[in-house]
Amino acid sequence: MSSNGAGKAAGYIGKGMPRAATRRLVSGRGRYVDDISLKGELHAAFLRSPRPHASFKILETTEAKAVDGVIAVLTVEDIETVCGPWQCTLANAPNLFSPPQRPLALQRVVFQGEPIAMVVAMSRAQAEDGLERIVVEYDDLPAVTSIEDAIAGEARTHAGAPSNLALEYVQSTSGVELAFDKAAHVVHQRLKFNRKTGVPLEPRGILASYDPADDAMLVHASHQMPHQLQLIIADLLDMQLNKVRVICPDVGGGFGIKMHIYPEEMAVCAATKILGRPVKYVADRIESMLSDVHAREHVVEASMAIDSDGRISALKVDDIQGLGAYSVYPRSSTAEGFSALRAMGGAYKIEQFSARLRSVLQNKVMTGQYRSVGHPVAVAITEALIEQGARARGESSIVFRKRNFVKASEMPWVSPAGGRMIDLSHYECLDKLLILSGHAELERQITVWREQGRVVGFGLASFVEFTATGAEGYGRAGVLVSSQDTVIVAMDPTGMVTVQSSAAEIGQGIQQGLAQIIADAVGLPIVSIRVNLGDTQASPHGGGAWSSRGAAITGEVAWQAGRKLRAELLSAAAAILQTEAEQLDLVEGDVIEKPSGRARMTVAELSEMIQFRPYDLPEGLRPQLTVAHGGGRGGDTFLPTNGVQAALVEIDKMSGKVVVLKHWVVEDCGRVINPLLVDEQIRGGVVQGIGEALYEHCRYTEDGQFASGTLADYLLPMAADMPDVSVAHVETPYSGSVLGAKGAGEAGACAAPAAILNAVNAALAPFGGSVDTLPISPVAVLRAMGALQGVAA
Amino acid sequence: MKPARFEYARPTNLVDALILLRDHRDDAAILSGGQSLVPMMNLRVASPQIVIDINSIPDMDEIAIDGSTLQIGARSRHNDVLRSKLVQQHAPLLSMALQNVAHEAIRNRGTLGGSLALADPAAEMPACMVCLGAEIVLRSADGSRSVAAADFFRGIYDTALEPDELITSIRIPVFSADWRFVFHEIARRHGDFALAGLAFGRQYNGEIVQDCRAVFLGVEAFPRRLIEIEQAFIGTNLNDRGTIEKADQLLASSLDCLEGGEYPTEYRLHLAQQLLVRCDSEAFDENRR
Amino acid sequence: MNNTSLDDTIAISLSVNGTNVSARVSPRGSLVDFLRHGLGLTGSHVGCEHGVCGACNVIVEGRVVRGCLMLAVQADGAQITTIDSMSPDRYVLALQQAFYERAALQCGFCTSGMILQAAELLRRNETPTREEIRDALSGNYCRCTGYHAIVDAVQTASHALNATPSGNRLPG
Repeated sequence: MSSNGAGKAAGYIGKGMPRAATRRLVSGRGRYVDDISLKGELHAAFLRSPRPHASFKILETTEAKAVDGVIAVLTVEDIETVCGPWQCTLANAPNLFSPPQRPLALQRVVFQGEPIAMVVAMSRAQAEDGLERIVVEYDDLPAVTSIEDAIAGEARTHAGAPSNLALEYVQSTSGVELAFDKAAHVVHQRLKFNRKTGVPLEPRGILASYDPADDAMLVHASHQMPHQLQLIIADLLDMQLNKVRVICPDVGGGFGIKMHIYPEEMAVCAATKILGRPVKYVADRIESMLSDVHAREHVVEASMAIDSDGRISALKVDDIQGLGAYSVYPRSSTAEGFSALRAMGGAYKIEQFSARLRSVLQNKVMTGQYRSVGHPVAVAITEALIEQGARARGESSIVFRKRNFVKASEMPWVSPAGGRMIDLSHYECLDKLLILSGHAELERQITVWREQGRVVGFGLASFVEFTATGAEGYGRAGVLVSSQDTVIVAMDPTGMVTVQSSAAEIGQGIQQGLAQIIADAVGLPIVSIRVNLGDTQASPHGGGAWSSRGAAITGEVAWQAGRKLRAELLSAAAAILQTEAEQLDLVEGDVIEKPSGRARMTVAELSEMIQFRPYDLPEGLRPQLTVAHGGGRGGDTFLPTNGVQAALVEIDKMSGKVVVLKHWVVEDCGRVINPLLVDEQIRGGVVQGIGEALYEHCRYTEDGQFASGTLADYLLPMAADMPDVSVAHVETPYSGSVLGAKGAGEAGACAAPAAILNAVNAALAPFGGSVDTLPISPVAVLRAMGALQGVAA
Repeated sequence: MKPARFEYARPTNLVDALILLRDHRDDAAILSGGQSLVPMMNLRVASPQIVIDINSIPDMDEIAIDGSTLQIGARSRHNDVLRSKLVQQHAPLLSMALQNVAHEAIRNRGTLGGSLALADPAAEMPACMVCLGAEIVLRSADGSRSVAAADFFRGIYDTALEPDELITSIRIPVFSADWRFVFHEIARRHGDFALAGLAFGRQYNGEIVQDCRAVFLGVEAFPRRLIEIEQAFIGTNLNDRGTIEKADQLLASSLDCLEGGEYPTEYRLHLAQQLLVRCDSEAFDENRR
Repeated sequence: MNNTSLDDTIAISLSVNGTNVSARVSPRGSLVDFLRHGLGLTGSHVGCEHGVCGACNVIVEGRVVRGCLMLAVQADGAQITTIDSMSPDRYVLALQQAFYERAALQCGFCTSGMILQAAELLRRNETPTREEIRDALSGNYCRCTGYHAIVDAVQTASHALNATPSGNRLPG
């Protein structure tokens, strides 16, 4: 399984263990940004544009400044003295058009909710009092809201821009048209994905404190990548990088929402620099809904060609993606579109592929990377086409899938969409899922239910997800986002180990995963390991939490760091015990003799001697109790993972509501470091995916007014409406690393919408109808059943 | 998302509360359970100058039976009404309906009077009160009056409540044993405000329907008895399954469905028709038992 | 120059986690903000401030309520319990252990509200079904777990509570 011992290691790797850190969280002792206060801190609130597109003038701030408790009212002119604008550019897509963006709007607002002024006060309530006193004059401009309007281009998102097209990308293999000409069957699918957003339960928040004496800044932020934030704050505020310290304490969920640069956070950093006092801002829920990045607004048209042998010969995709008013900084909203394209065709060996991606600007908040970035779009369209293809051929979609999967013997295989397929297990996952779900019996049961008048359906979705992005992903785009990590492992005189790393804990459990890896790598009991994350001052620069990278990238680095410490300890012990290091082993904190297993000393004794009595050590021996290892993955830019999901749904005939009765997942993320935590990552992702399929919708009125500002309007999955989720694994380790781990955190969200969509359409098939818009509205379901008079609006 | 400033008063008797209300009228807000008022204040949709907290006034949350009338204090919390044996016995419709009201923590605090005063068209309690022919007892500094639920609700968030009045109690007639009530609603998710709901009751003499009550929620701007629909059932035999078809068809002309948003008028009408069928068959089954 | 004072305040006295507290609060301040920022009890969280998410749940006079929908002044004279209590009752203790073991939390932001709500359910019904658990917890959003593990954990706590002999019960 692996070359240097990871496979045989003592046994924390692969063990389902609770996260030690959650002892604090269940006792209410978590520390999130709003739980942290600094002496003299002030509170910020933002005046936000009620208009989607308008030129504006701030007429009056005097009254606001006179409100009790108000310390300052800041506008763009104030902020710009200390914080420059930013602009999303991509070196490998030089034609990308996205104008510069500022912490506060300058002269023109381009989405509803865009901040235009900032009030800083003694309390948040008083800051809000101040907002009510600012007088602004707006001059409305035509607003671009829907993707269709953006393409039509009559109105412009940015006045004076040549079009609303931020980016157009086209690719094609040479034989696509020929494959369609020769096809025995051609199937089409159109899908519309409405905007949704991540809704981490802890809203975005920041507490920034500038020290003018030292020109240094301390920032506490609810963010997924402390080092990225540090780098950008230093850049935009023109500060020395090592004078900006970013601490991301406990983070109440991220899901991709907390990896971007937001105007509010930068305005707070500017405000503390201007005022010389700590400034705190925590988004309230309405602000979160309005200003957090949204995601996955797409209209996709796709066609699949199938030859007379039942093999998929070609896939054509035309995807239009809504970006909002800007391409989000620094990673670009277009990453979602590119990610969707890369994942098109998923698990199947399709040699001919053409794609067009158009990313359009709209007078709405930016879209950005949200859990499983782009993949759910690709998987939904691919798997809907698979079902259609099977139907066209009159065969089971399982048979059709199996005929077209990329076989193990064919890998590595680079798909024309650009995904390098390696170490995947499509057949094993599908077979396991069919057993897990009791598929054969279930099909019989569904027949019985249908005879009883119940409207039920079973839907499958195979997927490939690209995880653990390597350096080339952003590096070649010229985007300064690290895909590397450093892990520092330090043993104290009592034999306990403290670990620092640039990975970030946002609830996914990487802290626990790293502890397990290091315990095995060194040969220590897990209780002796303490992992600290989320502080730029404690760890060298590195990646943070994104792209399901923790186990695959940080974990691999941690393993290497642990092995280095182990080597130091064993060579020191060997010298002291007058033997060879090869004759010794380190197990659960004991230095033992091979092969007898006799304990010779403990690491605590060893460590104490090295720390306090180095003069007793053999001449010239200077063991290092603190070691570091840094790096990232070489080889593949992305680590593909795969799996299969299935859903059993029932449609309530009265209302058209979809009820998910059961959901199954079999997935392959390579070596599973901690199955307890991986399973829960999968389950949580599945339920987000069910939300995407059935409930979640950032709704805008036709004239650009946001209509999903509260949690009464934006529907999240709740306990009573969700099914139990069965999870199983196939483990095909990544062959390019020691541990063999790949990303797991986004796999649930990746294919759940596709499975639900296929299940709903299977349930609707006997009625001759189908749905093609996510979230699936009960109204659309009833229409598809022919149960509702009138046509769709 | 913090409220604007307000003055806070917590009178310890009803008279003091009523005097404050008389003095401040539209500038005052009555704080009972706070489950609708406080979110509105947090959003600064409501910015009263004075908040009159009625939670320290004694005797406003009693549930008692008085002859043939069930009397529920306006400040009774939803969960207390839901779990009240008296209510289960004398007004089972309320117990059924309250299971659909929001969630535990909200029901622990939210009050019956608050729900009626808010008059959300999709709320359960207003429709139930109209269905049961409840009297809503209002007090002001100048006196008290009782308004039939059917006259109390006037439109979306609009009631007969004067600015100087507050609801002190609700009087619900106890129906004879030959009445059967059912309640159903369809919400997008469990506990959400209803897309449509129906409070439905019928009085039987053997298999003949003697009397009927049908009140929808979430379908029209405010709850009202649908006399045409009720008439369609009265005098019919339970076993005559043609009745429900006729009643269902009548709904299209009887209802003035809410428009707009994600749910078109025809969808609400469809739900109303489905609910009527379900309540009819359930009341039917119930009577057979 | 404007006045940089805080709002006018009203005196209140209450009991929080068994300790008597006297304080002055602004009438417009919510109970959860008072507990968090006035008393430094940050175990209850603010997730939506409009009563939907349940992260701010606290126990007032024995009942779970939304801390964001009750004013701090309204807690005058009340007994309040929060997750920060150093002597949780047997239900809360059993749930904390079960949530930890079952990994029924990820980011932890919803957890205190969830545990207090689940404890109220177990107090009322010591052996709830999965459906009853899902129903009782539907006013508490969790964005991380998908709820399955939470339902498992509440069931585990229920079993643990029922397996504990009454003479040797957990404290509380």
